[in-house]
Amino acid sequence: MVSTAVAAADNPWFSWSYVTENADVLWARTSEHALLTVEAVAIAALVAIPLGLLASRVRWLAGPLLGTAAILYTVPSLALFAILAPIMGIGRQPVLLGLVLYALLVILRNTVTGLDGVDPAAVDAARGLGHGPLQVLARVRLPNALPSIVAGLRLATVTTVALVTVGVVVGYGGLGQLMFQGFRNNFYRAEIVTATLLCVVLALVLDLVLWAAGRALTPWLRGRSA
Amino acid sequence: MSTGVVDEAITYLNDPLSWTGPGGILELGREHLALTAAAVLVAAFVALPVGAWLGHGRRGGGVAVWLTNASRAVPTLGIILLLATAGLFGDGATVVAAALFAVPVLLVNTYEGVRGADASARDAAVGLGMPGRQVLTRVELPLATGLVAAGVRTAVVQVSATVPLAALAGGGGLGQIIALGMGTQRYGQVLAGGLLVALLALVLDGVFAVVQRLVTPAPLRAAARR
Repeated sequence: MVSTAVAAADNPWFSWSYVTENADVLWARTSEHALLTVEAVAIAALVAIPLGLLASRVRWLAGPLLGTAAILYTVPSLALFAILAPIMGIGRQPVLLGLVLYALLVILRNTVTGLDGVDPAAVDAARGLGHGPLQVLARVRLPNALPSIVAGLRLATVTTVALVTVGVVVGYGGLGQLMFQGFRNNFYRAEIVTATLLCVVLALVLDLVLWAAGRALTPWLRGRSA
Repeated sequence: MSTGVVDEAITYLNDPLSWTGPGGILELGREHLALTAAAVLVAAFVALPVGAWLGHGRRGGGVAVWLTNASRAVPTLGIILLLATAGLFGDGATVVAAALFAVPVLLVNTYEGVRGADASARDAAVGLGMPGRQVLTRVELPLATGLVAAGVRTAVVQVSATVPLAALAGGGGLGQIIALGMGTQRYGQVLAGGLLVALLALVLDGVFAVVQRLVTPAPLRAAARR
């Protein structure tokens, strides 16, 4: 590794000229990263929220469902991608599926916790008013569980943004591609630092968007301390 | 493609040469375990005293929780590659990077465990005239064992998942099988490596689940199960 000594002389941790000269690549990778994250969390939510509803209704299903999701969550992301990619082919698909499987647990757990935490008196009151099961679900149980579900979505999103970078091991890692490229390209620090920072910023932005959406959807909670 | 890859993986795993000898699965697995143990020990060395001290004084909890949440947004891969460009290579870098990401979970669990120790037990100890140090070591820490053990379990699994990432930057452990397989386009080997890393994480999780149960005082077991 002779190159480290040579490169250290002119290898800044950050460089504006790198950012401006590579703005298009940075933008392309960031949007690729964001799209993959949003898609993965959206698919995971479409699977996990209905499963959570099912688990809160059919009690004996909750254990096996959460257990399966927990096992998937325990499998390291790198291993998951390494298992899926050879079978599905190198590229975007195995990374997407891996991210979905990973996000399932957090969303499922928070959905079940949220639904379990709904005040039974509120459900009783709604039944007393003549609401049917679907109405109770749509007008009482889901709105009350919403803060917990949104918290799950936020956690899943932030985790997924960081995990996308691991996809580089099977050739599709969004900003992770830039990190690895910078590493192989004579340890070009500015590229790695920029990609890492963009990754953190993306996580914060998406988290903020979900926080705002959650706030907009639960106007009755405003003014209370979260 | 898929059946061929599965066959290749089985062939690889059935070949005694893959297991024994230098760079074999057994040696890499031992290396993986040693790196995991070293990283968890380093992290515990920092996180346990700080967590216990903060929990005993009941302060800084917000910082600990914020640290945990923020650390989720930081891509591990970026940090590992940056450490490499800073001249920190191989096993040392792997241990440092993995330990960095294990600190938050250990810190928060120790903090919550010590802070959450039964208030009347703490009051009784103070009433008996115990100095603060003894209250911590003889009352609060024993009551915190369950949560600390849960933190150690999470940290071990997480570190065993971070170590293979370092293989991308030349680190050791089972991740080498995946990195090497990708580099030489032997996807059967990638699949086998993924399965091995996944299996190791699941076994470690199971072993430490048992440890967690054994070290948790019986009356606290119900409380620790979350």
